[in-house]
Amino acid sequence: MLKVFKNKLEQGCKTSAYPKVPINLYHRFRGLPVIDSNCSSDVVRQCAVICPQEAIDVSARTIDLGRCTFCGQCETVANGAFVKFSQNFELGAANRSDLITGGSLPALADHAKQHFKKLFGRSLQLRQVSAAGCNSCEADTNVLNTPFFDLSRFGIDFVASPRHADGIHVTGPISRNMRQALLDTYEAVPAPKVVIASGCCSISGGPFYGSDEVVGDLNSLLPVDLYIPGCPPHPLTTLHALLQYFK
Amino acid sequence: MDNYLLQIHNGQVIPRADIPQVPYDVFYTELSAFVKNEGFIVQYFAYQEENANRLLAVVRNSAGLFVIGTETGRTFKSLTGAVSEKFHMFEREIAEQYGLKPDGHPWLKMVRYHKNYSGEEDVFGNNYSAEIPGNYPYFKVDGQAIHEVAVGPVHAGIIEPGHFRFQCAGEEVLHLEIQLGYQHRGIEKMMPTMPQKRFPIICETIAGDTTIGHNLCLCQAMESLSGKNVDKGAKIVRSIALELERICNHIGDLGALSGDVAFNPPAAYFGRLRGEFLNLLQVLSGNRFGRGLVRPGGVAHVMGDEQRQLIRAKLAETTPEIEHVCDLLFTAHTVLARFEHTGTVKHEMAKDLGLVGYAGRACNIGYDARVSFPTEMYGELPPNSNHVTQGDVLSRATVRREEIMHSLKIINMLLDKPETTAAPVQMEDCALKPDSFVVTINEGWRGEVSHCVLTDSSGKVQRYKIKDPSFHNWTGLAMSLRNQEISDFPLCNKSYNLSYCGFDL
Repeated sequence: MLKVFKNKLEQGCKTSAYPKVPINLYHRFRGLPVIDSNCSSDVVRQCAVICPQEAIDVSARTIDLGRCTFCGQCETVANGAFVKFSQNFELGAANRSDLITGGSLPALADHAKQHFKKLFGRSLQLRQVSAAGCNSCEADTNVLNTPFFDLSRFGIDFVASPRHADGIHVTGPISRNMRQALLDTYEAVPAPKVVIASGCCSISGGPFYGSDEVVGDLNSLLPVDLYIPGCPPHPLTTLHALLQYFK
Repeated sequence: MDNYLLQIHNGQVIPRADIPQVPYDVFYTELSAFVKNEGFIVQYFAYQEENANRLLAVVRNSAGLFVIGTETGRTFKSLTGAVSEKFHMFEREIAEQYGLKPDGHPWLKMVRYHKNYSGEEDVFGNNYSAEIPGNYPYFKVDGQAIHEVAVGPVHAGIIEPGHFRFQCAGEEVLHLEIQLGYQHRGIEKMMPTMPQKRFPIICETIAGDTTIGHNLCLCQAMESLSGKNVDKGAKIVRSIALELERICNHIGDLGALSGDVAFNPPAAYFGRLRGEFLNLLQVLSGNRFGRGLVRPGGVAHVMGDEQRQLIRAKLAETTPEIEHVCDLLFTAHTVLARFEHTGTVKHEMAKDLGLVGYAGRACNIGYDARVSFPTEMYGELPPNSNHVTQGDVLSRATVRREEIMHSLKIINMLLDKPETTAAPVQMEDCALKPDSFVVTINEGWRGEVSHCVLTDSSGKVQRYKIKDPSFHNWTGLAMSLRNQEISDFPLCNKSYNLSYCGFDL
């Protein structure tokens, strides 16, 4: 017992004051890209050629954050003349098309489905479904329950049964072998229900696009309400998106 | 007996023509003699060459690493029942991937449920237009007092999917069969068809918690095949990253084990401490899992004085905290009462299954790829040694505790090395040696991670084979549950914490 107290004293309170107090992530973190749309076509083309995710549209000069894994290689072309990644982790979006960006995202709090705020603003229970997720998205979602993030203080919890849930939070590129289980889980959630696509895998297939063993796009199966990009999304990206969308 | 087996080295490219090709009966006797005599399988897989089906085995013992190959027809004599359980999953995988039947296999069923690559008739008689993963016959125990418990694929927590089928008499588990495959993304099949620029992105997500381990295997293979050198500074960064990955996962699991026996303070403290180490990977690479760091030829981010300092300071701050929370966890008798003698796998059993990593070391199988087949900086670093080897949950937890302390020590030693890499390296297409073969091995946090690459005559990747340590160890978990109470399943499961996607690929 004494050891419990001693450890408690040593550990102290580690819960973050976010969102009241902003958090600055380390400068190597790659968040929302800053895009110079006036940069030479040559540079943009070079970026598009090396992009492993084919996320860059040369003529529109945009990056698709639903495909991007934030590997950062485009940033090294011509010293970031076309794209530089900022430390802004606020990446959630209510529409798939918003993620194809020239460097800015619409404010998530103003999304169309305002009745969700009334329904779920004080209590949101989510059922997480990993559908071929590589355990990074899962791990960095789990982390929201650790003392630093302490998700429960916002009235948001991950629950064991879809019957107890207000919606599903889906990670992974949706393997053929998980398709039915995912649909069954969705079916078991009482309406009205929310669908959240987390990580570039569930949005576009992520690193596995083109594989015939995955569905690759959650929206082709179920109507997605909230997109959280990243590979995996930083826990703060998820937290920000949940708070903005539902609070 | 070593006349047929060719000795090779970790990460060494050899011409495909040098791989000894022997008739299947010689292959069979060579492998059975090797495996019965303290030998273990690193890789065993099929591939096609000029319309012939070939099998290739990479095996290891204390003398080193060996390779042998053979040609086979549509069926071949199974090694599993007659020789060793070590072949069990490998033979099932060969059957599923290429439609080749291991004749006499005691439990021939789907590993992942997918169409085979060769277009041969399906060994299991499946028509893959129906989505029936997991919907197979299971090993059944008969009797009026026996009941069956089915769990998954969707589990209660935030965790990957898989199916567990228990045969119980009351609370006691007589048998557990683990059926995976839900996470199958077709990685091995897609690798040869993808441009090289996608390789690291794919390999970093084979198993997200082993981002560095798997990507190191890829990059070392690419480096060998293209003759790229890695400077010492980059090797230091890669080794630090691999150790940080180990610490993150071990700390997280000790916390989860504590949570599973309802002792909440260490669960909360370890949960937070794990985040500190994920953040150190972010300091190195800009990503909490180390994505975008390791690339063929070196690392994409240089570790400068600033990063060195940040890591050093964080290690100094967290090391006593980790020691104290470990002390809290491992001296609480309510915890020890649950950890001790739970989920025991005996040494002999572990050896027969070929367990690797901490699961093996907890059963007194000392193998550590960092020592036996050192890559990167491991040749210069002191090994860890563990002494609690009863094979129960406590042993697995203790090995992890010791490995955390060991990793902290060697990261500090690596930080003291003055070398800095000359320049960051980005992914670029490289010409690979044609008609070549390479196998790479690294000690990921779960154990032996290994990749094999075969290139064709034009230097394209013809076959890419991946093995996560979970491929060996899931059977260990199943054996841990024998004659245990079913309520101890979460605890046993967490003490292994195996990868679903690393197994399913």
